[in-house]
Amino acid sequence: MTEQLLKVNNLCKFFKTSRGMLHAVDDVTFTIDRGKTLGVVGESGCGKSTTGRAILRLLEPTAGQVYFEGEDISALSKRQMRKKRKDMQIIFQDPFSSLNPRKTISQAIMEPMIIHDICETKAERMEKVLELMDVVGLAQRLVNTYPHELDGGRRQRIGIARALALDPKFIVCDEPVSALDVSIQAQILNLMKEIQEERDLTYMFITHDLSVVNHFSDDIAVMYLGKLIEKAPSEELFLHPTHPYTQALLSAIPVPSIRKKRERIILKGEITSPIEPKPICRFANRCMYTMDICTETEPELREISPGHFVACHLCER
Amino acid sequence: MITLNANTPARDTADITKKYKKKSQSAEVWHRLRRNKAAMLGLVVAILLILMAIFSSTLYDYETQVINQDIPNRLQPPSWEHPFGTDESGRDILARIVYGSRFSLSIGFSTVVFALIVGGTLGALAGYYGGMLDNILMRIMDIFLAIPGTLFAITLVAALGQNTINLIIALAISSVPGFARILRSSVLSVREVEYVEAARAIGATDARIIMQHVIPNSLAPVIVQSTLNVATVILTIAGLSFLGLGVRPPQPEWGALLSSGRQYLRDYGYITMFPGLAIMTTILALNLLGDGLRDALDPRLK
Amino acid sequence: MNENMNNTNEFALDMSDLVVEYRTEDGIVQAVNGLDLQIEHGSTLGLVGETGAGKTTAGLSILKLVPSPPGVIVRGSILLDGEDVLKKTEKEMEKIRGKRVSMIFQDPMTSLNPVMTVEDQIAEVIEIHNEGGGKPLEKAREMLEMVGIPGERGREYPHQFSGGMKQRVVIAMALACNPMLLIADEPTTALDVTIQAQVLEMMRKLKEVQNTSMLMITHDLGVVAETCDKVSVIYAGRVVEHGTLEDVFENTLHPYTEGLFNSLPNLDDRKAKLKPIKGLMPDPSNLPAGCVFCPRCNYACEICAEEKPKRLYRNATHYVECHLYNEKNILEGGVIGK
Repeated sequence: MTEQLLKVNNLCKFFKTSRGMLHAVDDVTFTIDRGKTLGVVGESGCGKSTTGRAILRLLEPTAGQVYFEGEDISALSKRQMRKKRKDMQIIFQDPFSSLNPRKTISQAIMEPMIIHDICETKAERMEKVLELMDVVGLAQRLVNTYPHELDGGRRQRIGIARALALDPKFIVCDEPVSALDVSIQAQILNLMKEIQEERDLTYMFITHDLSVVNHFSDDIAVMYLGKLIEKAPSEELFLHPTHPYTQALLSAIPVPSIRKKRERIILKGEITSPIEPKPICRFANRCMYTMDICTETEPELREISPGHFVACHLCER
Repeated sequence: MITLNANTPARDTADITKKYKKKSQSAEVWHRLRRNKAAMLGLVVAILLILMAIFSSTLYDYETQVINQDIPNRLQPPSWEHPFGTDESGRDILARIVYGSRFSLSIGFSTVVFALIVGGTLGALAGYYGGMLDNILMRIMDIFLAIPGTLFAITLVAALGQNTINLIIALAISSVPGFARILRSSVLSVREVEYVEAARAIGATDARIIMQHVIPNSLAPVIVQSTLNVATVILTIAGLSFLGLGVRPPQPEWGALLSSGRQYLRDYGYITMFPGLAIMTTILALNLLGDGLRDALDPRLK
Repeated sequence: MNENMNNTNEFALDMSDLVVEYRTEDGIVQAVNGLDLQIEHGSTLGLVGETGAGKTTAGLSILKLVPSPPGVIVRGSILLDGEDVLKKTEKEMEKIRGKRVSMIFQDPMTSLNPVMTVEDQIAEVIEIHNEGGGKPLEKAREMLEMVGIPGERGREYPHQFSGGMKQRVVIAMALACNPMLLIADEPTTALDVTIQAQVLEMMRKLKEVQNTSMLMITHDLGVVAETCDKVSVIYAGRVVEHGTLEDVFENTLHPYTEGLFNSLPNLDDRKAKLKPIKGLMPDPSNLPAGCVFCPRCNYACEICAEEKPKRLYRNATHYVECHLYNEKNILEGGVIGK
């Protein structure tokens, strides 16, 4: 039996807007086992990034608990939380805005060590910086360059090195490769996978790219308008997508092949507003199988086969 | 490379950091500034003015040349002996302008430094924390902003007494809201950038985030504002002195020189013209420098 | 009705040996280095490459919109239906832009004017080129319906539209004057997958109805497979491989094209390790002397670093620029194993 590292219970994050409460993350529950990767997919505005940030308390959750190694970190004080950050890190999407333009590479990678008092002397820290640069594949000659002198791929490597500097157990990867070119994307994905195996890391991998998430994750969670609508082991999800939205999402991936043509499900309409949503199925207005019950009550997340959870009225019968 | 002995360290960190020495950012700013001819002109003039202020006591003796009245030689036109002529009390105008730079520049710079520290701190706090604190601080700033600067300075100097320190305080207070607003708005935009969130994610305290990440990236507009503000303050002091509220005679402040010459404007125009030119040159130089700095300080512009 | 059909010229666009440079203080950036592109009337060409490969510069050159300075079109010819664009005056270009050739940009958010209603913006394009005589507003609404937006929503402002709808409006604007050629620069990159599917589907239908030729600039081989008839793979400002979809996807010749395919996660085999292309794009102000791909190529040999490879044809439609091939082995379908 594998060990549970992270448990998220009924997590909610609402934002106040002039038109009412925006339900960015609404009652999301899931777990991640140690050493595994949970992929979180969904379209822009579905709350996947907000979920990641609420877990790390970069955004204070409105309600719900986050258990990390059994400890409720949502109850920690600010000071205790700062200590906890050693174990929980994040890699950002945009390698251009996530690095301070006035700090050199070594300064950026060293900063977490200074904050958490790792290593005693400056030379020791520098030694560790160079070691990390090796790990992420940055040449030593770049040690004192500034981010704006580097390309996106190299900057993303700095972001990874900075996250690794504290030897974390868990990393939220917020679209770490979406801003990169395909050939560079593959380099970074391979690097992250190697590091995970070496250091027994646990990832929460947030992305909108389904082919990437399929390649990278053990489990996949699909989000729609702040709700978790389906969660299953990757293989199972791709073989038996059950929620109509997941089916549409999978069928929409453009396949780089002229042989395998998929049956396309083209969804009508677009994502609705997450402000003050009614307690009905949030996908009902775009769904191809809408029934009366869909616009009456909200479906609950149920386990339809071991490890496969779906929130859809179709599966309740 | 093959390491023959397992005990030798794989690399010498000091060596590597030395070998790939970092280019300092100020060097890069300097490099970009040098390409801007107007800004360089401004810089050269500003440096000359500062040197003039520093060495004015070596160039002229305050007691005998700057404030000593020499009635027989009053109102002399420019000549070899008195390049800018003499004023109504027979004092050499050039000497008084050179010495006057001391007063004008030092008051100008110290006022701005004072306003920058106070206004900058308030603006940074308001911008970073937002909410109530922001509201309270900025409404107070609005009140100060609503009072015309010169009028405020006149009132304060009149109430507290006419001396240089009070003058600086009065002028600084009216510049504070400007700095607070500028730093606040630039902090507001920097606060939202991901590297600030990244700093929070590695467990940095608020103080560290503000000092290390937010302030350094918000300073560019403030530095520009400072150079421009020095110019404004010099102008305001000149105005106050002109009204007789600034520096006391016989101290040769530029505005005071301008003021004292106004009765003779029709017949001896040079008495007002040369101090006026000094003020104009200084302000022009500082403005050119400020504009150039704005462009040079942006690390993304190459 | 269809004026494009009875054309004497075979190609809607025939670009040959185009060289574009950006001359800056820090050196000359060679953005496009002898680019050849051909699009037959009514067909779609995919231009595939990575950031900095010169895709967008190539697209802008067709409309003579390369920012100048620093951009300079050094040589080459761009024939639009037989007429050389590079010989046209600015005044003549104004008549071509938007009417005969229109362009869709990646970011729909910034290509619409926020203070004009959507239908007014479309009508403006029609008015400028006084297409269809009398009623531009009516035509604008018609165009909106065509891209799947109810006509009455034309009175709204862009901020009231979602990203996908904005991109539809941009497409409606681009197609309003029934252009001969549509240049689409990453038209769906900023959109979500399900919305991308909608927009691609719509573009495909519209293209059939209007018989417009299209240049699809993209980095996504999946999008190419969905929408294009032919593909040109561009690297460092040059076409390194060109052919029909079948040629390029099934009989990949160039190592760079192969690298692009291998970099993509395989949906059917999720455990397969990605095989990225090593290294980075060459610095366009300092390109390698021989084959531009040589420093990143797994098959590179001595000659690759010294000499630029010549173009070799596998069949009438499929060519490659690579030293791996000679007149004989190219006919056998390539050295690269799939």
